[in-house]
Amino acid sequence: MRPAAANRFVFLDAPEVRQRLVDFSDASLTRVTFHLPAIHCIACVWLLENLFRLKPGIGQSQVNFPRKEAAIAFDPNRVKLSEIAALLTSLGYEPELNLSDLDVKSTNPATRRLWLQLGIAGFAFGNAMFFALTTYFGLDVFIGPKLQVFIGWLNLLLAIPVVGFSAADYYRSAWTSLRQRLLNIDVPITGGIAAIFAQSVWEVASGHGEGYFDSLCGLVFFLLCGKLFQQKTFERLAFDRDYKSFFPLSVTRKRGPIEEQIALAQLATGDHLVLRNGELIPADAKLLSGPALIDYSFVTGESEPVEKRPGDYLYAGGRQMGGAIELETVKPVSQSYLTSLWNQEAFRKDQVTKLNALTNDYSQRFTKIVIAIALGAAAYWSFVNPDKALPAFTAVLIVACPCALALAAPFALGTAQRVLGRHKVFLKNPYVLETLARMDAIVFDKTGTLTAAGAGAVAWLGTPLTEAEERWFYSMTRHSTHPLAVRIGEAIAQRHFPEPVRSFLETTGCGIEGSVAGQEIWLGSATWLESRGVTCKEHLEDFALPTCPTGTPPVGSVVQVALNGHYRGCYVLASSLRANSAALIQQLSARYELALLSGDNEKERERFRALFGPGTHLQFNQSPLDKLGFIKTLQRDGKRVMMVGDGLNDAGALKQADVGLAVVEHVSAFSPASDIIASAAMVPRLAEVLRFARQSVITVRAAFFISTIYNVIGVSIAASGNLSPVVCAILMPLSSVSVVAFACGVTAWLGRKLRVESRMTPDSQLSSLSSQPNGGVA
Amino acid sequence: MSVIFLLIPLSIVFAVAFLFAFVWSVRSGQYEDTTTPSMRLLLDEKTVRKPDPTPPPVPKSK
Repeated sequence: MRPAAANRFVFLDAPEVRQRLVDFSDASLTRVTFHLPAIHCIACVWLLENLFRLKPGIGQSQVNFPRKEAAIAFDPNRVKLSEIAALLTSLGYEPELNLSDLDVKSTNPATRRLWLQLGIAGFAFGNAMFFALTTYFGLDVFIGPKLQVFIGWLNLLLAIPVVGFSAADYYRSAWTSLRQRLLNIDVPITGGIAAIFAQSVWEVASGHGEGYFDSLCGLVFFLLCGKLFQQKTFERLAFDRDYKSFFPLSVTRKRGPIEEQIALAQLATGDHLVLRNGELIPADAKLLSGPALIDYSFVTGESEPVEKRPGDYLYAGGRQMGGAIELETVKPVSQSYLTSLWNQEAFRKDQVTKLNALTNDYSQRFTKIVIAIALGAAAYWSFVNPDKALPAFTAVLIVACPCALALAAPFALGTAQRVLGRHKVFLKNPYVLETLARMDAIVFDKTGTLTAAGAGAVAWLGTPLTEAEERWFYSMTRHSTHPLAVRIGEAIAQRHFPEPVRSFLETTGCGIEGSVAGQEIWLGSATWLESRGVTCKEHLEDFALPTCPTGTPPVGSVVQVALNGHYRGCYVLASSLRANSAALIQQLSARYELALLSGDNEKERERFRALFGPGTHLQFNQSPLDKLGFIKTLQRDGKRVMMVGDGLNDAGALKQADVGLAVVEHVSAFSPASDIIASAAMVPRLAEVLRFARQSVITVRAAFFISTIYNVIGVSIAASGNLSPVVCAILMPLSSVSVVAFACGVTAWLGRKLRVESRMTPDSQLSSLSSQPNGGVA
Repeated sequence: MSVIFLLIPLSIVFAVAFLFAFVWSVRSGQYEDTTTPSMRLLLDEKTVRKPDPTPPPVPKSK
């Protein structure tokens, strides 16, 4: 049995764990943030924020609902961290404690900074525009030229924090890109800001005019709006999980007769561990006492648990199904077979540079043209009228500042990201769409993506069962938690009421036995039944029966059944294809090169050969490293590869691929590091999603075209030396707003074609989905 | 009309006050989580600020 709740969390009080887990600590106050997946309603918020009533020493607690976190302050002299964790567990909110919780925490100051920058720019923009209107409407006629001077200085004052603080990130980005000898979009933006500011300061200081400060503040304000729009993240969806998120924070160590909970970090090689049903093997180990039934679906994708005997080598990442086992660790956590995947090169590559390629490609040409025009105008005017040369040069830079251009991609792709989010396809960032639109090849993992786990048909092979017989078998399966027994039970459940089972016995890795209504029933593997003298029909061809209406015999796991010591027949549990998989493959194969990788054995090769058609790569028995290697080979041939997978076994391939799409049954379920997390229900509609991505990118290009037209108009006015602040004040917001409206409008309209299946808002959808059990650490 | 030279700085002073209110709200973390406060609004009791040596008794339900 489980150790008492309080003991289970004792490892939290160890100084090194505690120190890294808490957010803040001093002599009388400690603050800790727990992730509580069970939070799902307003009553949870109430209960968790009233924790102080339940235990003296606990102070204020604050719930962050979308993140499903509770920040709890407490007095460390009166309450221990382990007691709080135990209290939460006893209330039904068991904290999820993963190894990654020990990593350095980010309090996300970046968004805070962006809000501040935006607020200040908006404040300056509103006021500066308001003051500038007095001269645009000619009000200074009544008051005299003193007003213009006064407003000029006032707007200069307002613009200083905008130029100095709000726009600071653009200078930094421009500088970084220049050092890499690239011209990203921030270079012309920085150039424009510098030109506007210099020109305006000169005008105000020399008394020539009131400058372009209103346009400058507006420019920065619009740019920051775009930045905020594209920063939409889906809280609680982690796109960067590594093995640490899958591993528990603590394990049960056995020393002599004493069992104790220790932090995983304290685990040394040679330690003896006790693993209970559903717990994860944290490091490569040797089985001491068994028998063990290990579910490696996380690691290999093989859907059936593997039986292990004492002395066998167990790889980290497997999950024990059944009774408690004891094992001895052979390798440290960080050097195990599973974790070695994360030492691959793919996990070190820096993907930041790929961002926003669409805009930056365009801005390369754009910047060069603008500088050429600015120099051309300056050269022309220096012959015709030297006084106008410098103003014309700066005017071109001012007008060409690519505000509208910079906004096109964030708003179009950001809208597309939100549209897809409503359809339960969650993108890591909007720019994934750019890459998604350029794919050549799509690689599928079989288990969990094309086939649905536990959804296949259960077929009976053998002479038809009587109603009573089926009822007996059903009664038997109800007593086992083995995945196969559960599936058989579910398949025949509707028709029967269970009968009492006597002398039930489950032998791990073999089968179940018991007697129902006086009948002795054995369900299990062929080897087990044969060891008891029952001859089983091993091969499905032995059944000369029209068992399957489609003509093809069902393929899948087999459970043999014996009644009173005589062979009766077997259940075949087919792993079924998701609905519409065939249609999807057909749609995709017209445009993309397809391939299938599977960690499973070859028994379904023929079936998938028929589905994919001749000539496609179908690889079975693939280890996680093989999958990664396969993607690399495709990429070496110049292909841009999308990987569709689930589970840790695909983690390497998902990371290596240009776009990794992780398929999950529930949105909050564990998924490996990827660029897209998609609900399994959306997999059959992958072709539509890809088409939508291509259309969004076309929309961005169209928006580029519109903003270029504005620039041509603006630059021709500027190069002729006729730019005035009022022209700038009209042209700049007009171009930005119309480009944003176009980008958002068209993308949203295209998105409506992705038929809306559920009309819930993304937020409520997320929260309702996240309340599903979080299949992770036990 | 020269009163405008007084009114404009005055309006700036008011606007700056609101700007500081905004800066304070961002810095105190009010933009980090915009969902939970809307739920908390519907809860009756106030929660305490600091670890309190004598927690208040559980109020009787009406």
